[in-house]
Amino acid sequence: MEDKTCIIIGASHAAAQLAPSLRQQGWQGKIILIGEEPHLPYHRPPLSKTFLSGEQDVESMLIRPAAVYEKFDIEVRLGMRVESIDRANKTVTLVNGECLEYSKLAFCTGARPRQVDLPGVDLKGIYYLRNIADVERIKSRVIAGNRAVIVGGGYIGLETAAMLSSQGMKVTVVEMAPRVLARVTAPELSAFYRRLHREEGVSIKTMASVTGFQGREGHVKQVLCADGEELPADLVIIGIGVVPNVELAEAAGLVVDNGIVVDQFAQTSDPDIVAAGDVTHHPNLIYSHSLRLESVPNATEQAKSAAASLCGKTLVYNALPWFWSDQYKVKLQIAGLSQGHDQVVIRGDHKTSRSFAVFYLREGKLICADCINRPQEFMISKRLIAQGQSVDPQRLADEAIVPRDF
Amino acid sequence: MATITYIEHSGETHKIHVENGKTLMQGAVDNLIEGILGDCGGCCNCATCHVMVDDAWVSKTGSPSEQESELLDAVPEPTETSRLGCQIIVSDDLDGLIVRLPEEQF
Ligand SMILES: Cc1cc2nc3c(=O)[nH]c(=O)nc-3n(C[C@H](O)[C@H](O)[C@H](O)COP(=O)(O)OP(=O)(O)OC[C@H]3O[C@@H](n4cnc5c(N)ncnc54)[C@H](O)[C@@H]3O)c2cc1C
Repeated sequence: MEDKTCIIIGASHAAAQLAPSLRQQGWQGKIILIGEEPHLPYHRPPLSKTFLSGEQDVESMLIRPAAVYEKFDIEVRLGMRVESIDRANKTVTLVNGECLEYSKLAFCTGARPRQVDLPGVDLKGIYYLRNIADVERIKSRVIAGNRAVIVGGGYIGLETAAMLSSQGMKVTVVEMAPRVLARVTAPELSAFYRRLHREEGVSIKTMASVTGFQGREGHVKQVLCADGEELPADLVIIGIGVVPNVELAEAAGLVVDNGIVVDQFAQTSDPDIVAAGDVTHHPNLIYSHSLRLESVPNATEQAKSAAASLCGKTLVYNALPWFWSDQYKVKLQIAGLSQGHDQVVIRGDHKTSRSFAVFYLREGKLICADCINRPQEFMISKRLIAQGQSVDPQRLADEAIVPRDF
Repeated sequence: MATITYIEHSGETHKIHVENGKTLMQGAVDNLIEGILGDCGGCCNCATCHVMVDDAWVSKTGSPSEQESELLDAVPEPTETSRLGCQIIVSDDLDGLIVRLPEEQF
């Protein structure tokens, strides 16, 4: 074995791809994967879906079983936090004081929930939702008939609301904006989700800001809103977005701007350091601007480019962003990014049905599609967006035309 | 346990032992078979684990669900025996199974 060491910080989606990809790209030195959580990399999306509902256990969520890391000779150190990095001496220092040398370094440190600083937020029964430990705490408080309040009407908040309601809790979602998912989707989709949740018995309170929490004997009992309403609550989940874990990189002097800044090869401002996943601010070649994404396919595909770069090869990261969300029996699949659209086209009945698609166009080209129980529209949209083709809005809306013939 | 043969579009062949209860997709991901991505982790959301089941095995692998069929209809080159690898669960019955992988997963 060569005398080189690649250290990967963070052990989640990006890292689980980067480490074995390094071997595939020909890395012969040591690979050390260091993760703060006590688990091997696992699929995070089920946390607010089938893991919360109890349909999946930890074992079944692992991205790859332990044997794979052994097979590829990847040393995995779990429950271990990296505290600092010394780029001049090429070392990382762990929380236990241990100092490790690296030849190459990869940041896969991801993101963490944005915290709120409101009176009463430290009461028991108030949680964020990012990892297995969070969900295990939440699960112990899921009691049919009890009340749950979800702060934040984003995808994770809505998925959690759906799951808790399915388990018999009385759920209210509190959202500051005039509609749920306001940051990412068209009003029609927000209205659909509002209706869906109402039909399933979840109430959504918009234009409402939470001002604090009140409890009894240290346990949350009420969520206080700015309009004076006091929502009874036995369980509160705060889901108001995430912030990238950039502090280590920043302290080490890497260029950071809403994420660790990398190029299309996942290379940071230091030639020996790459980064991949939720933590990166990277150029998107399809949309011609730089952005930070929070999605699994982004983490895995970017990790492949990062692995190539570490081996002195070039593999451009040029994937179309996509995302999904499961709520009740409704599958949403999103292809592309809607930001900057100048036209919205709807296919199907979004007012009463649970199957339709919303297309977002800019200058006659498809840039994004939100597909509700419409897998074909999703699949075809991915291709149309990536190809940058002009589309005829009337054909998109015409249900007599199958997606393949758009 | 079953031995599964994955044939990449390039012709490269991988003979892999996959444990019972795992999916064809997971078996491929665990062995870094390049022709299968498995972006969504196996929840039938993305169709990046498209495989073409060898004709002789179709009766054993069964037929796709509605959601799966719809995704399969829209993959770049669907075939009569196309399936999503995440929806085929390995068992002793599938020992010897041969699947071919498409040129691209999209
Ligand atoms: C509830 C939930 C549902 C989601 N649903 C979907 C979905 O349906 N579809 C989708 O595409 N995406 C979804 N996402 C987003 C997706 O999970 C993320 O995009 C993905 O996890 C990003 O992976 P990552 O490897 O970049 O970082 P992360 O998953 O954030 O992992 C980073 C890891 O690094 C560790 N770490 C950080 N700093 C250090 C340090 N200093 N030392 C050691 N370890 C460190 C952290 O503990 C963490 O384990 C969801 C996320 C959540 C929370």
